[in-house]
Order: sequence, then structure tokens, then C-alpha cells
Amino acid sequence: MNLWNKLMCYSRRRSPWLFHMNGGSCNGCDIELVASLSPRYDAEQLGVRLEGSPRHADILCITGPITHNAVNAIKTVYDQVLGPKAVVAIGSCPATTNVFIDSRTLAGPLTKHIPVDVFVPGCPPRPDAIIQGVAMAAGILAERAAKKQPIAPVVMPLVGPGCSGACGCGGGTCSTPSSDAASEVQQ
Amino acid sequence: MNMTTALARLLIFPGLLFAVPAAWFFLWVERKAVAMMQGRIGPPFMQPFYDFIKLLGKGTPPRSGIGGMLMRAWPLIAVASAAGAVGLLPVLPSSGGFQGDLILLLALMELPSMCIIAAGFSSRSIFGEIGSAREAVLSVSYNIVFLLAIVSIAASQHTFSLEALAQLPASPLRVLGILALLVCLPAKLHLNPFSLPNAEQEIYSGPMTEYAGPELAMWELSHGLEWVAATGLVATLAAPVITTWWLAALVFVALSFGIVLLLSVVASATARLQIDTTVRFYWQCTLIFAVLAVASALFMRFRS
Repeated sequence: MNLWNKLMCYSRRRSPWLFHMNGGSCNGCDIELVASLSPRYDAEQLGVRLEGSPRHADILCITGPITHNAVNAIKTVYDQVLGPKAVVAIGSCPATTNVFIDSRTLAGPLTKHIPVDVFVPGCPPRPDAIIQGVAMAAGILAERAAKKQPIAPVVMPLVGPGCSGACGCGGGTCSTPSSDAASEVQQ
Repeated sequence: MNMTTALARLLIFPGLLFAVPAAWFFLWVERKAVAMMQGRIGPPFMQPFYDFIKLLGKGTPPRSGIGGMLMRAWPLIAVASAAGAVGLLPVLPSSGGFQGDLILLLALMELPSMCIIAAGFSSRSIFGEIGSAREAVLSVSYNIVFLLAIVSIAASQHTFSLEALAQLPASPLRVLGILALLVCLPAKLHLNPFSLPNAEQEIYSGPMTEYAGPELAMWELSHGLEWVAATGLVATLAAPVITTWWLAALVFVALSFGIVLLLSVVASATARLQIDTTVRFYWQCTLIFAVLAVASALFMRFRS
């Protein structure tokens, strides 16, 4: 890899611009995505910017269980995002359709319609988990553009409050300081 | 101004070699200042540079016909004219200039805004068209004050040469003119409270909605260069006369930085105004600056 490619790869990792799309979500995950840009979590430290146009975005963040109404819009927006791109499925809904499973108004899960790179589970996931998911997606995007080979999707562990998820504990079993809420999340 | 100095000014200082890093730096200062005002840490120092490189490596949507060619041309024209405007600034003492370069500078500073208007309309996007219409209305409103302020400073001194203007002693007229220019800068740079053309919560990215990849990178660069040119113009008018070249350059950079910081803080402390409120503000409230400036210019002219 020559110097220009290295610089490009590094820049792609450091500058993920998001486009947020709601596929029939209850708004819980959408609020958490916006919270991850707030002063408390400040995703802009990683270069994250929430863009208004899918043409500007690198990472498509999709929430919700994908209703019939949303399918065509999601496919259109996926095609409007220019490569190299990545998709992050935020919350349990796009991954499994969650509590709405077998509903006749749904066309989910998301993997039936577009390829997904990172799943961030949770109902809703915590903002720090979303930021970690976006950072992983940016890494995947840079690597894929450099090597031109498919990379398997990543399913992030369910992270409870108090645990950063860096230990890979999957939530409540973590020995790092965690509150009672962590075990609730696991249940 | 001979060929060598002209090229040196356009390509080295204060032209491209200085202006491009300065543009990225000012874009970073803007984002960092907003982040700090909001109690955040904000983006890392190299962020605008990473954004630029990343955008260069992205694809562009297929465009065909004359419309497609125009859409590719607008950002390049905007970058070229903004870079030319920066190159004309009389930063270094006795760096040469020509009679009438003030008029060329004003024209070059206006071109990026024209390109934005044209780009929004040629993109055929409804958000782009609304953004362009807003930019056009905004440009008609602030340019009255902007041009009257500069022209009255120039007319009072019987010169349209930038270097002669930069070496004038401080006078009440000049202070008035600089104040009027400062009031116009947020509108010229699309900052709050006059960030109407690219109002993200209302019309997505306005005229830039359909742009992607390298073309968007060029728009970001031209916006950064506009920052350097607009703050640089105020800085050269406000700077005291200095004959040492490195001290002059240092004062120029420090003054520009101060103006960028001031504008960013104002931008993060205010909310966006409606288009009719904005137009009323420029036509009713700030026009008094311009009228005062022109009146005192005429007075000084008749007295001398």
C-alpha cells in the first residue's frame, strides 16, 4: 500500500459522516443517536457529522423494524449513498424486528433488503454503544475500500450501563463497575 | 506588479500555499469554537484535512449533458475565484498592486456566492432551489451594506488600490466601515444567525444537497478560502501600518484568527433568523452604517 492509499484509509476511518434513516422506528433509537452527538457523548471527537443529504454520507444508520412503506425508501437512499459506504443497524428492530415479529405490516429484518455491516443491539442501545458501532463501521468501510474484499457483518455485544463494552463481556456479567440496570438489560 | 510577484502572491503568500492550510485551520477553529461553546471537546485539529481527503476518495453520481458539465464546473470556479481573491490581499508591505485591484477583489469575493446560486438551480433538487433562492435574496441584502462600506472608504481617499487603502491612518470613517463589514461577514459566510442557504434542519444542505465526493470537497475548500479572503480583507483594513514583512504577516494571521473566533462565537450563541427578518435587518438596521459611511466619505472629499 503506497502513502496515498494509507492516508486515504486513515482519513476514511477518521471522518465518518452519517445519514440517519427511520424505517418505522418508535423514535427511541433515533433519540439515542442524537444523544450520541450531544455534549455528554460528543461523537464529533471521532469526526462524526450528521449530514442532511445521503449524497454526503459514508455511513447509513437505520433504525426501526422496516415497515412495508419504508422498504423502497431505504433501497433508494442506500443507492444514493456513494461508495465506499457502510450500513449500521441501530437497535434490535432492524436486526430481528424485535417485539413486532410476524407482524403483517413489516418487511423486516433489514438484511433481506440491503447488506448490513454492524448491528448495534439494544432497545434502545446506549449512545456509547452507537458511537462504538459507528467507529467499527468506519473501520470496516476503510478496510473494504482498501482491500476490495467482502467483510462479514459484526454483531456488537449487548452493553449495559456502566460497562464500556470494551471487555467483550456482553453486558451484565462484567466485573467492571455496573449498576443494577445492567442485569435488567440482559434479562 | 510584475509577473513574478503576481505568481508568488497567487501561489505562495497569501495565495494557495498559505491559504489552503489556513482555510482548513479556520474551518477547524469554527467547529472547535462551536463545540467548546456547547460544552463539548470537538473535532481533532486535522479534521477538515481528513474530511477533504476522504471526500476526494468518494464516488460522484453519474451526470450527463450540459447540466452535468455545469454542475462539475461551479465548484471549480468557486475555488479558483476565492483563491484569486486571497492572492490579491495586500498583506506584505510594498508587495505591489495595481490601481483598481479593490474592484477585482470585490468581484472575485462575490463569485463563489454566484456559483452557489447557480449550482443549486442546476442541480434540479427542490432543496437546492430553495437554498439558491435564499442565497440570492441574502446576497442582495448584505451586499448593499458591504459594497457601500468599502466604496465609501475608497472614495474618501480617491483611490481604488488596496495597498494604498491598507496604509491609511485610522480614522472614524474607517472604523465605521470596518464595523459595517463585520456585520456583513456572517451572511457572506453563511453563519448563524444568517445561515439561511444551508439551513440543515429545514432544507438539508441547500444548494449542496446533490453534490458528493470530490465536488463536495471543492465546495468545502471554497468555503474555507472564502473565510480566509473575507476575514483577510477586514484584517488588512484594520491592521496598523507595519514595514517589517514577517511582523506584517504575523499581525495579519493573528487578526484573521481573532475575527474567525469572534464570528464562530456569535454563530454558536445565536439561532437562525427567518428570511424576512434577515432582509429587514440588513435593509433597515445596518443600512444606517452604510449611509453614515457614504455621508462622511463625501464630507471628507469636499473638505480635502
